Amino acid sequence: MRITVQPGGFDPAALLGQVTPSSGAAGSVVSFTGLARADQGASTRLFLDAYPGFTEAEIAKAGELAIRRFGLLDLLVYHRIGEVAAAEPIVFVAAVAAHRREAFQGADFMMDYLKTSAPFWKKESGDEGERWIEPTERDRADLARWAQPLED
Amino acid sequence: MRVLLFGRLADQAGWREREAPALESVEAAACFAADGDEALLAALTASTTQVAVDQVLWRSGELPPQAAEIAFLPPMSGG
Repeated sequence: MRITVQPGGFDPAALLGQVTPSSGAAGSVVSFTGLARADQGASTRLFLDAYPGFTEAEIAKAGELAIRRFGLLDLLVYHRIGEVAAAEPIVFVAAVAAHRREAFQGADFMMDYLKTSAPFWKKESGDEGERWIEPTERDRADLARWAQPLED
Repeated sequence: MRVLLFGRLADQAGWREREAPALESVEAAACFAADGDEALLAALTASTTQVAVDQVLWRSGELPPQAAEIAFLPPMSGG
């Protein structure tokens, strides 16, 4: 498992290339890339704040849970912090499993965690000023799908 | 010890990190960080604000004597 939280852009394709199954047991690699979305062409920038060390450790706990729950063979999480412009990649998750169902579920689970519970604080700046963003009801409902608390 | 603020708390205070003398309680740390700003103190002590001591979520009001840093964490938005 590898968890990276750092500022600056990244290349999702390059990260996917780093997810190399180390054994013949892997039959699936599922990856997801999240982008900064611009609402209706508005000039919007995001600022992502994180607590160095703490944020990575908390994400790693969720990652370990995902590995145990879905039997993942490997997991990579890369999350950008700092200033992010519209359409730029913010987050990359790749889950490796023996079978596709578990790989999809592992990646989906991690994204639901990252979108609602991970120790980030997100501020949006645009023509109408600045605001700190809260998880949406959809984000919370997505996390609730897993029907288990994020702890053993 | 270091006192750290994140997210909207850092915006409200106008700073992210300050050095404090040894503090015995979370309340004392909040008072130090608020420095007379009642609105900031309310935000720091709100039930929705979590506290981490030495990068571990902390639920006690008392601080361990050798704590190196305390962080006040507003509600997490996710990434």
